[in-house]
Amino acid sequence: MIFDYPTFKIIWWLLVGVLLVGFAIMDGHDMGVGTLLPFVGRNDEERRVVINTVGPHWDGNQVWFITGGGAIFAAWPIVYATAFSGFYWAMLAVLWALFFRPVGFDYRSKIHNATWRSTWDWGLFIGGAVPPLIFGVAFGNLLQGVPFHFDDTLVPYYTGSFWGLLNPFALLAGVVSTAMITFHGAIYLAHRTEGDIQRRATTAALIFGVLMLVGFTAAGLWIANGSFGYAITSVLDTAALPNPLAKTVELQPGAWLANYDKAPLTMLVPALAYAGGLAALLLVWKGRTLAAFVASSFAIIGVIGTAGVSMFPFVMPSSTVPGASLTVWDAVSSHRTLGIMFWATVIFMPIIVAYTSWAYSVMAGKVTAAYIRENEHSAY
Amino acid sequence: MVSEQLVDLSRLQFAATAMYHFLFVPLTIGMVWMLVIMESVYVMTGKTIYKDMTRFWGKLFGINFALGVTTGITLEFQFGTNWAYYSHYVGDIFGAPLAIEGLMAFFLESTFIGLFFFGWDRLSRQQHLLVTILMAVGTNLSALWILIANGWMQNPVGSEFSYETMRMELTDFWAVVFNPVAQGKFVHTVSAGYVTGAMFVLSISAWYLLRGRDVEFAKRSFRIAAAFGFASICSVIVLGDESGYALGEAQQTKLAAMEAMWETEPAPASFNVIAVPNEAEMKNDFAIHIPWVMGLIGTRSLDKELPGLNQIYALNRERVKVGVEAVKLLEALRKSPQDAALREAFDRVKDDLGFGLLLKKYAASMDDVTPELIDRAARDTLPKVTPLFWTFRIMVALGFAMLALFGLALWYSIKGDFAQRPWLLRWALWFLPMPWISCEMGWFVAEYGRQPWTIYGVLPTHLSVSTLTVNSLYGSLAGFVGFYTLLLIVEMYLMVKFARQGPGSLGTGRYLNETHHAHA
Repeated sequence: MIFDYPTFKIIWWLLVGVLLVGFAIMDGHDMGVGTLLPFVGRNDEERRVVINTVGPHWDGNQVWFITGGGAIFAAWPIVYATAFSGFYWAMLAVLWALFFRPVGFDYRSKIHNATWRSTWDWGLFIGGAVPPLIFGVAFGNLLQGVPFHFDDTLVPYYTGSFWGLLNPFALLAGVVSTAMITFHGAIYLAHRTEGDIQRRATTAALIFGVLMLVGFTAAGLWIANGSFGYAITSVLDTAALPNPLAKTVELQPGAWLANYDKAPLTMLVPALAYAGGLAALLLVWKGRTLAAFVASSFAIIGVIGTAGVSMFPFVMPSSTVPGASLTVWDAVSSHRTLGIMFWATVIFMPIIVAYTSWAYSVMAGKVTAAYIRENEHSAY
Repeated sequence: MVSEQLVDLSRLQFAATAMYHFLFVPLTIGMVWMLVIMESVYVMTGKTIYKDMTRFWGKLFGINFALGVTTGITLEFQFGTNWAYYSHYVGDIFGAPLAIEGLMAFFLESTFIGLFFFGWDRLSRQQHLLVTILMAVGTNLSALWILIANGWMQNPVGSEFSYETMRMELTDFWAVVFNPVAQGKFVHTVSAGYVTGAMFVLSISAWYLLRGRDVEFAKRSFRIAAAFGFASICSVIVLGDESGYALGEAQQTKLAAMEAMWETEPAPASFNVIAVPNEAEMKNDFAIHIPWVMGLIGTRSLDKELPGLNQIYALNRERVKVGVEAVKLLEALRKSPQDAALREAFDRVKDDLGFGLLLKKYAASMDDVTPELIDRAARDTLPKVTPLFWTFRIMVALGFAMLALFGLALWYSIKGDFAQRPWLLRWALWFLPMPWISCEMGWFVAEYGRQPWTIYGVLPTHLSVSTLTVNSLYGSLAGFVGFYTLLLIVEMYLMVKFARQGPGSLGTGRYLNETHHAHA
């Protein structure tokens, strides 16, 4: 094995982060486009233009989500088990919202009927807006700790309710997440369109970019002054076989800032959220949309990275039985599985990035009303 | 304590959503190769009609594909949402092929499907063909990794239980990949998909020919479907038989149940063509046998025995007894993990741990286990015979009927006069649903026949579920039924609409039923 067990545990925390960030950047921009669709497209032709900016790519982008889920299953099986079953109705809401995307994209323009098309447009809106909102809410709850525990054979029990997830801090996190994804999608849309649509997309980018930065700041202040944060209080053996019941943990308000004290360089992560966000706002305002897209991608790395760094080594803290919290050290797969999955990721990820880039370069350029008319029967 | 009702509803939801997903998957798997063949002919001959064929059948493929993607996400979510203990217990092994499927296959398929539909004017002919081929390769690799995961549920190789982490852990990745059950399933399943794709094109082309419309287009499509379908159905049957052999090695219980073999016969065993199984008395009330055939299929020999269900029951009863000891030792070991004597004792019996876990359905503690409960647990290891026996026979009968159809379709394609044989065209048309029925039957045999286990011999279904409320399950099941009914209506409506309109829907000006809309 190329790395020892503790190193692989850290690497997999980073790789899950890479996959989540990849999902947010890639699937995020077409979800943002879906969210904006009913508002920036004022008639059928404009809406077809909007949809076709992501038409050839949404399906490949969605695989970031599928692969992210699969990687969590493989690398952190008990996290996958506990989070997906605990957040049962939230996960179903994400799933059912996602149902609208494949069919919405593919079926919408196959029939010439205004009601049919506008129904699918709102379906694409739901498929674009609901998943980022719920993922943000989920992160907001993870940061506060979630009510779950295990019995001695490690069967997970979740003792909260769906409505309990919708608390004020979690809703704020949901707003940050939705604003971030819509901001990013609006920049992409401004890059791939012209005229009225581009102008409306630019306005949307400015609004949601500011909203993201304000919300992110508010969440940070809340964490600094709020009543949550967890810390491991027992001696840690990072090389031990994973057993989430072998440690003690306590609630320590403000503990989510401890990592920044311990390793000041990590402050670059939240700084990246601000730098990327501000740069993207400036660039999209100046009409430099491609550079703005790169900047908003960095903002996404910063925002998601901040949540990760603040909680490290926690992944899913338990509010009811803190000792049962799931961490990077004790919620992972075996050394062998982490090694195999490491190689699979290291080999395939660059290949995926390469052919995805090629697909974007083939379809590059502005999507226009003329393009829609020429491809009346084959465009979405 | 997990209630039976929760387990039943979780199973029902998984079965319903998986079988629904599997309405779309086989057609995708088969159609991609039909598209590769049509487009290759286009690139080689330069004849536009083959490009139109690729695009028209591709359009129908796209309508189907959208629902395949939609319903596939459900399955990946559902291991976590509804089968949490399963996910924890086997995620170390089972999660890896799912993640690799995403990395190696699903990205490939989904990225290139976008270029397949939208890249016609931006790519050279060769480049576009390459895109189509990569999409097909991705689709089929996707099936490979999913069936490696499923094959491991049927025949859990390359792994062992760890009392420290309370789960199964990977010991040999390549054993999981080259699991003979997985490989057998993969080739059998993708071939069944190829048959589905071929039947789809054959039937719809036959309908055009019966109506005498778009004749050139339909004839060329029919011929390709006949040739591809014939090769595929031969492969399904031969490889299905190979799967039977692999089962004879790995899952004798399922084999015995689907053949209604209650008693161990002297080798080579006979094959029950028709039987009326009597579950209560564990015998057949009536049966018609063909001597020798079962022994040949199951063992490839004349002298090896295949165990009957009664013998398997007796063996499993012993394993349950040992399993009780294994569960007790595990509980002790969890309390004192350093005790070397306990560990040694546990290692001796841990292969039967799963059989002991079967009793958790009936007894909260292993101290409450009675001989009657051991009988019940051992009886539980035998799946119900009647449904397996008949679904398997429907699948096989349809397979042979399709072999005859594709054989004749190919024969008359070579002779060149198939278009003048309405009986053949009508047969092809009416057989449209048959591949779907066989695929669903095959899926049922494979998965229902694995019960009472999620991981055969390792983890009982009863222990695998999430600790949700029964009401949550009623709610989610109702949601799935509602969404899926609606989606099926929409999909069928579009499929029928475009199949009826035919290649005219491309708007090329070369076919019947052209549509031109005024531009806004």
